Amino acid sequence: MTTITADGHLDDHAHDADHKPAFFQRWFMSTNHKDIGTLYLIFAIFAGIIGGAISGLMRLELAEPGIQYLQAWASMSNGTEASMDQAYHLWNVLITAHGLIMVFFMVMPAMIGGFGNWFVPLMIGAPDMAFPRMNNVSFWLLVPALLLLLGSSFVPGGTGNGAGTGWTVYAPLSTSGSAGPAVDMAILSLHLAGASSILGAVNFITTIFNMRAPGMTLHKMPLFVWSVLVTAFLLLLALPVLAAAITMLLTDRNFGTAFFDAAGGGDPVLYQHLFWFFGHPEVYIMILPGFGMVSHIVSTFSRKPIFGYLGMAYAMVAIGVVGFVVWAHHMFTTGMSVNVKMYFTAATMVIAVPTGIKIFSWIATMWGGSMTFKTPMMWALGFIFMFTVGGVTGVVLANGGIDDNLHDTYYVVAHFHYVLSLGAVFSIFAGFYYWFPKMSGRMYSELLGQLHFWIFFIGVNILFFPQHFLGQQGMPRRYPDYPDAYAYWNEISSIGYAVMLVGVVIFFVNIIYSMFAGRKAEGNYWGEGATTLEWTLSSPPPFHQFETLPQIK
Amino acid sequence: MSTAASTLSDKNRRSAMMAALMGLGMLGMGYAAVPLYEIFCRVTGYGGTTQRTDAATAATVQSTSRVMSIRFDSNVNSALPWTFKPENPVDRVSVGAKDMAIYLATNESTVPVVGTATFNVTPVQAGQYFHKVQCFCFTEQLLKPGETMRMPVLYYVDPAILEDPETRDIEEITLSYTFYRSKDGLAVDAAGGKI
Repeated sequence: MTTITADGHLDDHAHDADHKPAFFQRWFMSTNHKDIGTLYLIFAIFAGIIGGAISGLMRLELAEPGIQYLQAWASMSNGTEASMDQAYHLWNVLITAHGLIMVFFMVMPAMIGGFGNWFVPLMIGAPDMAFPRMNNVSFWLLVPALLLLLGSSFVPGGTGNGAGTGWTVYAPLSTSGSAGPAVDMAILSLHLAGASSILGAVNFITTIFNMRAPGMTLHKMPLFVWSVLVTAFLLLLALPVLAAAITMLLTDRNFGTAFFDAAGGGDPVLYQHLFWFFGHPEVYIMILPGFGMVSHIVSTFSRKPIFGYLGMAYAMVAIGVVGFVVWAHHMFTTGMSVNVKMYFTAATMVIAVPTGIKIFSWIATMWGGSMTFKTPMMWALGFIFMFTVGGVTGVVLANGGIDDNLHDTYYVVAHFHYVLSLGAVFSIFAGFYYWFPKMSGRMYSELLGQLHFWIFFIGVNILFFPQHFLGQQGMPRRYPDYPDAYAYWNEISSIGYAVMLVGVVIFFVNIIYSMFAGRKAEGNYWGEGATTLEWTLSSPPPFHQFETLPQIK
Repeated sequence: MSTAASTLSDKNRRSAMMAALMGLGMLGMGYAAVPLYEIFCRVTGYGGTTQRTDAATAATVQSTSRVMSIRFDSNVNSALPWTFKPENPVDRVSVGAKDMAIYLATNESTVPVVGTATFNVTPVQAGQYFHKVQCFCFTEQLLKPGETMRMPVLYYVDPAILEDPETRDIEEITLSYTFYRSKDGLAVDAAGGKI
């Protein structure tokens, strides 16, 4: 600690809490949780544009039956005329990149790295994260990770350029089925992103356990901090298992081991078990911080404390714990016995209980509250609605028997986009509008915010709701083409994408407008409903906060 | 201030260490899953994994009057230039009685090739009652060019299968093998030829 104090003095002799270092030092050697949070948010927006553009390419190709564009795109990426197989491979590369980018480089950096870094220390009354330099390492590991993943699309990956394995990287497609360095690069990218998240998780756990302001017991901690704490534990327990699994893939690919190769006594299904032992907690990692944010927003705009605070906190803990024992519901079609299917069906459905507690507590918070429908509240309400729809289809899919029929169809695609693309993303937008003035010091445009919400809301529902129908009619995932019978709803779905895109454009217009012409934001611009510690500070907060340590009664 | 700060720093280091240890522990668990998964399958017969029994134990098993059909299935991975077929596609066997089934494997290539077989039974619940006393699948098999080998498997169905409510209605069990080109066998080239 003494060395850190000395560093602080080396930095500058001014004792002004708002003194900022020069540009390069501030943004490239940052140890300030707010600056690192900002970097994460910019990174997430950048990755979101790439991942979103990829889904645009996919919706364009899927708008009509037949292959319209894929071969031309594949030829473009090859430099020479591409075969149909290479065109199909490009499709696999697109679905893989979309999935990995959205999961690892958009949702996680925005929720945990962005809002987590910005607001966990503020909400618990801490001056910064416990390990500011490690925080910086976490962020800068993500940049080469994304570059490796993007770079992999320019090198051979089997049939064509790029890693075409799906985000699940199942063996043997990812081992003997994908020669060339692309899949190795993608695996290393996951290693780096995983290391980044594990370091971040260690940092959050330490910060939350040790650096709370006097009087803030665990049971007085804001729900967003609770959500990040549970998320950090999930990261810490799940990601190393992924790291082990993909390291085995790497040695199977390059060093002659046979973990997942039946010819050498291995079993490809073991990879699926390891992957989903990580993969299922991962989906809660992506949604829990959203739960936390939505709790704050619903409470703020209902001018009431959150209903059933302890129930809300422990519901998240329960979701985290049960989330570790349901993984094989992703593998119902791998040949399980009836008893195993029954267990995983029942365990999966149990998760609906704590989730239901949360949904009903949000509704109970609004009940009798003096509600205002500002942009963040609209996004939070949208989140609750969409997440409930996705939750209901989730309970349907949890049935091992029904899953036999719906497995790997568009019904599954619709389900997880309702909980992630509409659930997690809506909560990110909710948090963004809620805290943007706090972070930037300038109010966003309420009109543009409302417009963004309504257009995006209508767009994504037109985009994803028809996919339920397609799935129930039997349209499989991960194919660039389909019989004419599926043409109608696919066209509607692609139109929905275009509508959503308009919403996203409005979002960027709003950011640019607010940066340059937004009204100056006060410290607590939401008024009496906003009660957590970040609202006691100016907007934006001083570079180093809490000149006097807050006391929690 | 200095003491307070250093205690916080110590506390932080301790917490971070604990957290890092949890992460490392899970990494270890990830790798431990490989042998554990194998043991789990072997013990529970999960996924139709058959049991391995020595001759002494097998000798104590009593034959019953209940007869089952045992079907024999054979598959060859495309990387292995062999043909591989059961001599009889189906045997009628009393539960508890030991039976010898013969598979015929021929190396159709002009070089010696080492193969190794994976196996399971369906219905998968029968795995824990299907005992093999001897099997060609326990070891790697070397076939010289053009050589045909009779590969025996000595097995019995444990009479306990008749007491388990999940399995007592089973009337037919399929024993399936898939032969792969051995990964290690590529290095061990007994005939000295280039594989």
